[in-house]
Amino acid sequence: MTRSRTLYEKIWDAHVVEQRPDGTCLIFIDRHLVHEVTSPQAFAGLRASGRTVRRPDLTLAVPDHNLPTTPRRDASGNRLPIADAESAAQLAALETNAPAFGIRYIDAVAPEQGIVHVVGPEQGFSLPGTTIVCGDSHTACHGGIGALAFGIGTSEVEHVLATQTLLLQPAKTMEVCVEGEVGPGVTAKDIILHITGVIGAAGGTGHVIEYTGSAIRALSVEGRLTVSNMAIEGGARAGLIAPDDVTFEYLKGRPYAPKGADWDAAVAYWTSLATDRGATYDKTVVIDAADIAPSVTWGTSPEDVVPITGTVPDPASFADPSKQAAAAKSLAYMGLEPGTRMQDVQVENIFIGSCTNSRIEDLRAAAAVLKGRHKAAGVKWAIVVPGSGLVKAQAEAEGLDRIFTDAGLEWREPGCSACLGMNPDKVPAGERCASTSNRNFVGRQGPGSRTHLVSPAMAAAAAVTGRLTDVRELID
Amino acid sequence: MTPIEKVEGRAIPFGLKNVDTDVIIPAKWLKTISREGLGRGAFETLRADPDNLFDNPEFAGAPILIAGDNFGCGSSREHAAWALGDLGIRVVIAPSYSDIFSGNAVKNGILPVVLPQSAIDRLMEVAATDPIHVDLDTQTVTTPFQDRFRFDIDPFRKMCLLNGLDEISLTEKSEAAIAAHEKKMATDQPWLIPATL
Repeated sequence: MTRSRTLYEKIWDAHVVEQRPDGTCLIFIDRHLVHEVTSPQAFAGLRASGRTVRRPDLTLAVPDHNLPTTPRRDASGNRLPIADAESAAQLAALETNAPAFGIRYIDAVAPEQGIVHVVGPEQGFSLPGTTIVCGDSHTACHGGIGALAFGIGTSEVEHVLATQTLLLQPAKTMEVCVEGEVGPGVTAKDIILHITGVIGAAGGTGHVIEYTGSAIRALSVEGRLTVSNMAIEGGARAGLIAPDDVTFEYLKGRPYAPKGADWDAAVAYWTSLATDRGATYDKTVVIDAADIAPSVTWGTSPEDVVPITGTVPDPASFADPSKQAAAAKSLAYMGLEPGTRMQDVQVENIFIGSCTNSRIEDLRAAAAVLKGRHKAAGVKWAIVVPGSGLVKAQAEAEGLDRIFTDAGLEWREPGCSACLGMNPDKVPAGERCASTSNRNFVGRQGPGSRTHLVSPAMAAAAAVTGRLTDVRELID
Repeated sequence: MTPIEKVEGRAIPFGLKNVDTDVIIPAKWLKTISREGLGRGAFETLRADPDNLFDNPEFAGAPILIAGDNFGCGSSREHAAWALGDLGIRVVIAPSYSDIFSGNAVKNGILPVVLPQSAIDRLMEVAATDPIHVDLDTQTVTTPFQDRFRFDIDPFRKMCLLNGLDEISLTEKSEAAIAAHEKKMATDQPWLIPATL
């Protein structure tokens, strides 16, 4: 009789190439996603050592991090240069390295270009049960379709390019079970913000988190990608959601997905991956979906979460002295006083986008709130950045772009944009942004920027009122 | 990679909790295509404060950094390890690290020492005035005041750090096993290999 195993253990076991006496394993990597920022030094390393890319067929590169989100072609269709010399050099390096090493490449003006974590599942390149890596911590995203996916550093990027493997210690397993039905206005983003608030920014360190329970199973693939995307904000290197019919329906027919008899074989295999009855996790956290409200962050760690109906906490209210100190520092940076109602906090900037929340469902949710409304006078800058060219085209076919522009928001080209302050889209120092991205770190959206993490619907609501707002007041 | 065995010198008593890699090296410094020179951008936001520890002459060239819980959380950017290395840091001592950061540190010859908060508190105190000694071989951190803290480290990481080993060369010795896995994959699950579009 075989041992009962979790989803994580099944994927891990299927990828062990070799096990060392100390328990470290050489793990085969099925998919390697590459972007312009964390790869140049890895390719330079390959060149310096005379190595090649072992499996260019399992590698897909697409630029996303520092591409400006303004138009990429002029009126006559010519490609516009990137003004920032260093960003242009990184893009040029990827454009040279991809063909030189023979890897699949989606260029900056291709219709399929987009954020690497949106593109992978959208193209069917990311598949359930596979191991996926990328030099970006939000690779955890692909766990939403049941792939064991995690971010790696540049030395590891070089290691995977050269050997298609990684040396890893098995992770511990953690189950986060969200049972029940969420209330109106509560989205996948609110679920993961709430979870991060409960387990803390280091709660999942050393673990891979499997999200289970009826509230998770009820999510679309887009929502599942949002949840797993932020596994890293809870300290877990990877998140996982068991693939099911919702996953298969999403993937079927995508360009790189298996076809015909191969598809049936793949589905049969993917179905076998679900955690066995009787398998145990090292740690389990159970959350009642009914406890989750539309959520917002107040501080500079993604664990600093309160319901939108809540107030800015008093640092003295935390039991841990180091958390008290961190909270006091956060509030000074955020310019907030304890006891302030979150709904009284004014915002000057709105960012709807990022690998967390830039898929079609996210844009539909934001548009549903913005339809027939206009952004408040106090909102100076509000942008909507689709996750890929295909999401952009779909949104335009549905008329969502018009809803955004009629409401006074800008409709941009796909990319990472204002999530990380390394392209022209930045939040000015001292100003606030209601942002659908994943990190509220000090300076994340630009030096001195103050980030409040929210769902797309909540960001849209904040755009309308000019302050953090309970979206339930704006929807039926 | 430079091997590391014994490191003795001043330690920066930083101590902050949940220090993310955006704080260690802000995104604007990521637009480089080389690994060099990132020390200039290290802790840039904190160094805007003229009283910051990193530019305090007392700690100039300090090879050790003492930090709080969950050091290096957030972005996977290896630039954080490169920036610390460029600052001259060879050892970080903290109660815990993000998984990605500790891996990146080791690959760049930086030793991430894990010690309980009580030991960190004591070392912070000593670091204000005196040097600290770290010995990877015996897995100990000691002070001139007879403090002695033992730490655990994964044996494979220890071996790589002590010998300054390049992991890719080590993995290439497993060529036969990798080729066997690829052959099995192509036979058993041919659909795993994406089509050429």
